[in-house]
Amino acid sequence: MKNLNSVFAAYLVAWAIFFVYYVTVARRAAALREDLERLKESVTRPVDASAAANRGK
Amino acid sequence: MKKQAVGAAIVVLLLAAAAYAAFFIAPTDSKQGVIYRIIFLHVPCAETGLVAFFVCFAANVAYVLKRNAKWDWLGVSAAEVGLVFTTACLVTGPIWAKPVWGIWWTWDARLTSTAVLWLLYVSYLMLRSLVEEPERRALLSALFGIFAFIDVPLVFGSIRWWRTQHPQPVIMGGPGSGLDPTMLRVLLFCWVPMLALMVLLMQSRYRLEAMRGDLELVRREAEAA
Repeated sequence: MKNLNSVFAAYLVAWAIFFVYYVTVARRAAALREDLERLKESVTRPVDASAAANRGK
Repeated sequence: MKKQAVGAAIVVLLLAAAAYAAFFIAPTDSKQGVIYRIIFLHVPCAETGLVAFFVCFAANVAYVLKRNAKWDWLGVSAAEVGLVFTTACLVTGPIWAKPVWGIWWTWDARLTSTAVLWLLYVSYLMLRSLVEEPERRALLSALFGIFAFIDVPLVFGSIRWWRTQHPQPVIMGGPGSGLDPTMLRVLLFCWVPMLALMVLLMQSRYRLEAMRGDLELVRREAEAA
């Protein structure tokens, strides 16, 4: 079974590349989702505040 | 989210089945011994990378013609995923080459054209990071992506047109080429999980890009308000 270690190494490295990429995409998506929520909140907040002010009149 | 998890589980099972077939079903090669089993990983990675670059090319052409951001999102997703598969191909190749050729790398037509392909798509992604304005970025990268795709037929044809250190093609290689029928079946089977993985990764990356598009839209609205 000469070179069996090399075959295992090739499989491990390739799978690691795919796994790391998948995790990277998931993390980038999570960070972006947070940014999007924060931005949406900051956009809607002034509108809410003016609506509340109008209701008070 | 649940659909995505089910998809990921199916891909993992398919990858495990492919590894089982590569190690236990395919017969050992009489000349190379056990090391040849890397082809069941290396070849599907290479071919899947080329398929992803073809998707990128088609999306780039569609963007130039229709100017719809969704084609840009698909283009960048396919380019990045193609790059991941090509990276895996470029890493597994030398692991096979060292025991068989005695060297990790040589500048023959196949290896060089693949390295150039990798660099071209790295440049494609770098170009995108340099342009701020979304429409301009999408158009410039689509045009560059169309240009970069010229290397794909060169990679495919390099072992057919020129004498190379890289082995001659085992699929679509013409008379005198080919594989043992069991090896060929295993090789084709090993390509299935790679294609499934490509679709899974591309979907995740596309969703990310779509979200980035939404973020840019909200940001512009916020700036305009």
